[in-house]
Amino acid sequence: MTAETVNASVRRQGRVRGIVTAIGLMRESIVGMIGLSLVVFWVVVALFAPLLAPYSPVANQVSFAVPGAMAPDGGTFWLGTDHLGRDILSRVIWGSRTVLTYAPIATALAYAVGIVMGAMAGYYRGWVDSVMSGFANVILSFPILVLYVVIISTFGASGLNILFAVTFASAPGIMRIVRGLVLDLRNRDYVAAAQTRGESSFYIMFVEILPNARGPLIVDACLRLGYTTITIGVLGFLGLGLPPPDPDWGGMINETRNLLMLAPHMTIVPCLAISSLVLGFNLLADGIREVSLRD
Amino acid sequence: MATGNASADDTPVLEIKDLCLSYFTRAGEIPAVIDFNLTLRQGEAVGLVGESGCGKSTVAMAIMRYLGHNGSIVGGSIRFKGQDMATLSTEEMRQLRGSQIAMIYQEPMAALNPSMTIGEQLIEVPLHHEPGITVDQARERAVDMLANVKLPDPVLVMNSYPHQISGGQQQRVVIAMALLSGPSLLLLDEPTTALDVTVEAGIVELIAEIGKKFGTSMLYISHNLGLILDTCERVCVMYSGEAAEVGPIRDLFENPRHPYTHGLFNCIPTPGRDKHAHPLMPIRGQLPLPHERPPGCNFGPRCDFFEPGRCDVGQIHMQPVDAARGHAIRCARWNEIDWASHEVATKVYEPMEPGEVVLVADEMQKYYPVHDRSLAALIAGRSVRQVKANETLSFEARKGETVAIVGESGCGKSTFAKVLMGLETATGGTLVFNDDDIGDTAVRERTPAQLGSLQMVFQNPNDTLNPSMTIGSQIGRVIRKFGIEADREKIDRRVEKLLDLVKLPRDFALRRPRQLSGGQKQRVGIARAFAGDPAMVVADEPVSALDVSVSAAVTGLLMDIQRRAETTLLFISHDLGVVRYLADRVVVMYLGHIMEQGTTDEVFAPPYHPYTEALLSAVPIADTKVKKKRIILEGALPSVLDPPKGCPFHTRCPRKIGGLCEESPPPIHHTESGHSIACHIPLDELRLVEPVITTAA
Repeated sequence: MTAETVNASVRRQGRVRGIVTAIGLMRESIVGMIGLSLVVFWVVVALFAPLLAPYSPVANQVSFAVPGAMAPDGGTFWLGTDHLGRDILSRVIWGSRTVLTYAPIATALAYAVGIVMGAMAGYYRGWVDSVMSGFANVILSFPILVLYVVIISTFGASGLNILFAVTFASAPGIMRIVRGLVLDLRNRDYVAAAQTRGESSFYIMFVEILPNARGPLIVDACLRLGYTTITIGVLGFLGLGLPPPDPDWGGMINETRNLLMLAPHMTIVPCLAISSLVLGFNLLADGIREVSLRD
Repeated sequence: MATGNASADDTPVLEIKDLCLSYFTRAGEIPAVIDFNLTLRQGEAVGLVGESGCGKSTVAMAIMRYLGHNGSIVGGSIRFKGQDMATLSTEEMRQLRGSQIAMIYQEPMAALNPSMTIGEQLIEVPLHHEPGITVDQARERAVDMLANVKLPDPVLVMNSYPHQISGGQQQRVVIAMALLSGPSLLLLDEPTTALDVTVEAGIVELIAEIGKKFGTSMLYISHNLGLILDTCERVCVMYSGEAAEVGPIRDLFENPRHPYTHGLFNCIPTPGRDKHAHPLMPIRGQLPLPHERPPGCNFGPRCDFFEPGRCDVGQIHMQPVDAARGHAIRCARWNEIDWASHEVATKVYEPMEPGEVVLVADEMQKYYPVHDRSLAALIAGRSVRQVKANETLSFEARKGETVAIVGESGCGKSTFAKVLMGLETATGGTLVFNDDDIGDTAVRERTPAQLGSLQMVFQNPNDTLNPSMTIGSQIGRVIRKFGIEADREKIDRRVEKLLDLVKLPRDFALRRPRQLSGGQKQRVGIARAFAGDPAMVVADEPVSALDVSVSAAVTGLLMDIQRRAETTLLFISHDLGVVRYLADRVVVMYLGHIMEQGTTDEVFAPPYHPYTEALLSAVPIADTKVKKKRIILEGALPSVLDPPKGCPFHTRCPRKIGGLCEESPPPIHHTESGHSIACHIPLDELRLVEPVITTAA
């Protein structure tokens, strides 16, 4: 091997080892492991939904079947059926796809916007900061739910508009976190060293500064994934989520809540699904924070 | 002092016997202090010196029982006035702390409550520890004590909040608070490290008086041997958790026996040394990590007298050198080493001839506008005020020369570095570097050639490297940026060469900064600065955050590379010891003004500027042969926002001649050789001043 390939392979090993040690460290936090398990559970469910779901999520079968009831085809409705006779287990399984598609994409989009705004505000300071922070404060001063309702009722309920609404509402919060981190990190000597060798502002912001802000941002991203999951649930509940008949946890709660006294399982199951995923994200965030603080 | 006269009560105030302390971590038991003995008599001051990580602070923490949940005493005992402290309950311990034993830390501001006046905080002490005392009596005691620690106007200080007084005054308040309950034992952990050198001198004088005045015993922890010499009667040198050598201060300073103690003295720039004929001799290698200590002598791997079979087996115990005087040493071969005939081969260098002028600052100014948006300022029409960080700086630097800028914090030395590097632009005057005026050219407007020829070494080792990039990529980036090499393989080669140059292993290229020690990080910082073959390097306090032995090595390295590349070095420092050792020319700054400049020999000998004189006398020197004049500056450094009229130094000047100093700025006296002093006192009169430092033969 030449020195070059040795170097390259050592570099690659370093990265793999980094991920392995990250998981190894997480094992030291019980809370983090519970969170990770919950999240991994739902990710696996979403990935293998077609294989795991016993029935179609939209086909009408027997209405108001209780959990464990026998299905006409000889199978079992493990979690029962809803008022329209759809298998709840299958709907929850398919519904995880909705939430696990939109929550990460929405969070990532919000982060992309928030990071760029925050990095610029924190790095340039002065009027750039004033404009960005002013803009963020205006958005943050609206009640978030009203903002969602306004955006989605104006543009119509669709996947794309959910993404837009969530990005619009959470980017300012991310911007403020990033701004604070960058304001601190920009005074480090390595930033001055980069400036004195004539690096561009873009390079300094995104190559020198941002990677060092990743710790708090990863924790925040995990928490924010949880919030976004709730948000998507809330939008579904308000009828602003994906148009029916696509399975959507929030929508499931909304459709069945009038019949809560009659057939509580129809409402409780999707509620538990949302709670467990949000709890998973929050515990994972706690675990990451705990492990990162320890060293 | 107290050592000789046996008093009626001969029980030592503090007696530590065979103390062993460990921390219990994920990696297992880590011994922090091993087999430590110390006796402290009434009124005696003992110094505890050593480099970071040697366990000196842990000893103090053990006395206070502040070890934290994972640290504990695993052997030996600590007796306070004959009583074994291990038998004391938590409540008894709490009673002892504050009333019998007091501790003073490095950061005075952290020890004071910012939301209470100093008076309230001081009155609490007697009220708490002495039942039956009235508030008025307590207040009276507090005022007396403030006068005892030489604070001007104690009543005013009593009514102030901590942030309203200066750092030096804060530390005096902390000392007063510690003394208020009349403790028998005072633990001082680096009490002056956060202070400026002229302020430090005052605190050191005060500490030295406390023992005499109050009969308090003191344990003085410091990394600075010079301070220990000024304050203590006995000293204990620690290395890697063990005491290496203990003894009376004169015995140990004049006749050190342990190779580590010897090495430590060889790392300190004392007045007799210079970089050409008597360069510093750093200790090779580095401090072992607590869980990687070698068998036998901890210092073995770094020692010139190491003998396999004797130095690396078993435990090496303390042996008396002079039992009567209490001089003891932990070395297997101490009585075989003949220090008198021991000559270390040192490289002797020819002094360098400075070349052509590289940098000329001509009346350069840097003002920062401060916007005051208060109504009062608007009405007074003073809504914008100027902080005059640099006021008409004029000096030059030549090729291959080392120019030092010295001064205390706030004197504008770092501001000048920022303007030079283009991180700020000058407000007035010119700054000509290689025939270009770069004073008002910001860094992004400079040409690649200008950027490459001017590089910087930073102060804080933990801040100078980007934690998320490998060492190799950070050095490589500079090489690529300045177009020295473009091919990736050639860049890797050059990175390896630079690592060789700063004496680091080549595989460090793949490491990240957190895997390096402070000294190693600083070496990488130097490699990065020299990667683009600069004509001039600005070093802003490059070694002030490092341990003595590490800093000697890094200083030596910096000069070595500079000599080879004939780089101009602008060395910014507050440490006159280091400056005297390595600078060719010195510029002394105070509140943005140059007070004196000249060659190192000129600045360090009369005629002095009164400020230089005070600065020189304030520097602690770890050499018993050196006699110093004591000049303690009164008052605090004035605010740069509101600098004094006339001569900026007149508010603290011990040689002030009257109204003239307050009214008009001082003239600059020039001598034939280029030495210049800004002072109202005539040059002939300044020449008559006797030297601050004299070395006895």
